[in-house]
Amino acid sequence: MSDVTLGQLSGWGRYPVVTGRQRWSEDLERATRGAVLSRGLGRSYGDASLPPPGDHVVAVTTRADRILAFDSVTGVVRVQAGVSLRRLNRLFWLRGWCPPSSPGTQSVTLGGMVASDVHGKSHHSEGCFGEHVVSLKMRVADGRILEVSDTAEPELFRATLGGMGLTGHILEVEFQMRPASSPWIFAESERYEDLDALIDALQNASRQWPYTVAWVDALSGGRARRGILERGRHADPSEAPASPPRPQREISLPFLLPDWVLSKTVMRPVNRAWYRARPRVRRGIVHPESFFYPLDALRHWHRAYGRRGFIQYQGLLPLRTDRSTCHRVFDIMERMQAAPFLCVLKDFRAEGKGQLSFPAKGLSIAVDMPVETGTQAVVDALNDLIAAEGGRIYLTKDALTRPEHYRAMDPRLDDWLRVRRAWDPRGLLSSAQAVRLFGDPSA
Amino acid sequence: MKVVFLGATKGMGRALARRLAERGDELFLLGRDLEALRGQAVDLRVCGAAGTVEAAHCDLEAPAGFPAALDAAAAGLGRFDAVVVTAGVFGTQAELEEDADLRRRLLTVDFTNTIDFCEQARTRLLEGGGGVLCVFSSVAGDRARKPVILYGAAKAGLSHYLDGLDVKYRSAGLRTVLVKPGFVRTEMTAGLDEPPFACGPETAAAAALAALDRGRPVAYVPSVWRYIMLAVGCLPRWLRRRMEF
Repeated sequence: MSDVTLGQLSGWGRYPVVTGRQRWSEDLERATRGAVLSRGLGRSYGDASLPPPGDHVVAVTTRADRILAFDSVTGVVRVQAGVSLRRLNRLFWLRGWCPPSSPGTQSVTLGGMVASDVHGKSHHSEGCFGEHVVSLKMRVADGRILEVSDTAEPELFRATLGGMGLTGHILEVEFQMRPASSPWIFAESERYEDLDALIDALQNASRQWPYTVAWVDALSGGRARRGILERGRHADPSEAPASPPRPQREISLPFLLPDWVLSKTVMRPVNRAWYRARPRVRRGIVHPESFFYPLDALRHWHRAYGRRGFIQYQGLLPLRTDRSTCHRVFDIMERMQAAPFLCVLKDFRAEGKGQLSFPAKGLSIAVDMPVETGTQAVVDALNDLIAAEGGRIYLTKDALTRPEHYRAMDPRLDDWLRVRRAWDPRGLLSSAQAVRLFGDPSA
Repeated sequence: MKVVFLGATKGMGRALARRLAERGDELFLLGRDLEALRGQAVDLRVCGAAGTVEAAHCDLEAPAGFPAALDAAAAGLGRFDAVVVTAGVFGTQAELEEDADLRRRLLTVDFTNTIDFCEQARTRLLEGGGGVLCVFSSVAGDRARKPVILYGAAKAGLSHYLDGLDVKYRSAGLRTVLVKPGFVRTEMTAGLDEPPFACGPETAAAAALAALDRGRPVAYVPSVWRYIMLAVGCLPRWLRRRMEF
C-alpha cells in the first residue's frame, strides 16, 4: 500500500502553490527515507517548505508528535520533530514551564522551529530558539541517523539551526524550557503618535521587559506613522488567576474571502479604528495565547487574502543604521502603492549560533502584503535598501527575493553552503526555496 | 478511572489515551512493541496520567498471552474500571483478495482474537463488579460495501459481539462502548483516497471519550456516519451492486 498522497502544497501565504507528494507517518525514520525535505505544519510563508520541481517526496512530520523525555528538575525536554508548539504549551504551562522562544503562532512544529531558528517577543532577552537547543537527532542525506550538538558534529549542528531543513531531516529535538512564575502574562500596551517615538519606546521597554513588540499602522499615510507598543512579563502568582489558562476558543475562517476585503479602502479605516479603540495606556493580566498568538484566534486567517495569496516581507535593519532607514522602508511601500496591512517591529539582540539565522543586533520590520502585480517590484526595492544598509531578510517568510539580493545580503551564505555540500555532496535534499535562492538544480 | 489500554501507541488509540491521561486517569498499556509502549508511557505521564503508566506485552496474534497480560495489568493497577481496545489489522479489499496470509491474519486478529481478548477482559470486569469495555470497530461492519468486504466482515462480527454483551451483561454492571469510526486520517489509512467527512484522530478520540463517559453503547465517529450508514442500509441491492463506495 502506498502511503504517499499527491496534492497541492503551499506555505501560509498560499503563494506559491505547487503540486507535491507527501509521506505521512508516525515513524519519522521511515517517513524521511529518501525524502527531499521535511515539512511540519507548513507555517513558513513562502516556498521554504515546498519540494523542488520534479518527482520528489516530502516527509510530513506532524504525526510524529510524541514527548520523549522530560526532566522536571532541569526543564530539559526531548520531543519528536512533529510536536506542535500548541501541544507543548498546553502541557507545560500547567507545570510552570514555558518555551524559551516562541514565534507569533502556536501552529508550528518543534522541527520547524529549529529549521527556521525562530524568534519571538523575547528575542532581546532570550535570543532565538536555537540558543536553547541542547541536541538534535537527524537523518543526513546519506541516510545515516546522527545525534548532533555543540560537541557532536558542531558544524552540522550550527548549520542546521536556521538551515531551513536543507542540511538533514530533523527527527528529534532536545531543548531547555524556561521556568515561569505563572503562564499568565501581565501586559501593557501604549499608543505612540509617531514612528520615532515608537522605536525609542520599544528599545527602552526591552531593557526592562522580557517580552516586547510594536505594531505600526502603515496605512495611515504621512510622516507620523503611529503605532502601539506591547510589553509583557509573566505575572506574579499573587496577581494571576489561580487556575491555569484554558485553551482559548478559536473560530475558523471557512472559505477564501474576495480580494477586495483586504484592500486599502477597507483596511485603512480598520487600522485606524484598531488604533483609536485602544486607550492610550492599557495594562492588565492577559491570557498567554492572546498575548503571544493573537492571530491564532482566527484559524485559517490567511484565507482573508483571498485567491491571490499574500507574502510577508521581514527584513533586518542593523543597529548602526539611521532611524531614517526605517522611514524609508515605509516610504518605498507608500511610493509603490503597496498595501502593508499588518506591520510589526521587533528589536533584536546579537546574532546567535545558528549559521544562517535571521536575527542580529538591530530592528526587524515585518509587513504582510497581498500578492499583486507590483509586489515583486516592491520586494526588489525593499531588498535594494536592506542590502545597501547591511541588513538581511528572513528566509522563513520569503517568497520573492532574488538570489543576487540574498547573496549580497548574507556573507555567511558561502560558508553555510560549504557545510551543506559536505553533508550532502549529491544534493539529495532541497526545497523550492533552495532552487530559487541557492542555485539548487531545478529538476 | 483506571484503564487498561490495548493499542495506545498509534492513531486514534494514541489520541484517546492522551485525553484520558490529560484528565488524570491511571493507565496500563498493552501492546506488541514494549519499546514503543514505554515511549508512549513517557508522553502520557507528561500529559498528566496518574501513577507511573506501566506497560506489558500483549499481541493480538498470540492469544495464549492474554491471561498474563491482563494479570500484569491487574497487578499494576490494583483493579481496573475500563478496558479499551483500539488495536487491529487493516488491509484494502484488493490486498486482502490477493494475499491469503494477510487475509487470514486480519480475520483472526480483528475477529477471533479480539473477541477472545474481550471475553477475558469482560470476565475480569464482571468479577470486579462491572466496568467499561470500549472497543473500536468500524462503520465498515454495518453494511457490506465493495471497498471493505473482508475487513468489514471481521468488524461486523466484532460489532455483533459487543452488541450482544450489552444486551446480556448491562444489568450485571458491564457497560460496553462500541466505537465505529468512519474514515480517520491515521497511519492505517495513509495513501487511501479520502471520502467526504474524513476526520483526524483528535476528533475521533474526543467523540469516543464522550461516548465512554456517557456510557453510550454505540458511537459513530464523526456522528454524521450514523446517517450515512443508515442511508446506505436503505439502498436497494441493484444500486449497491453498481456503486463503488
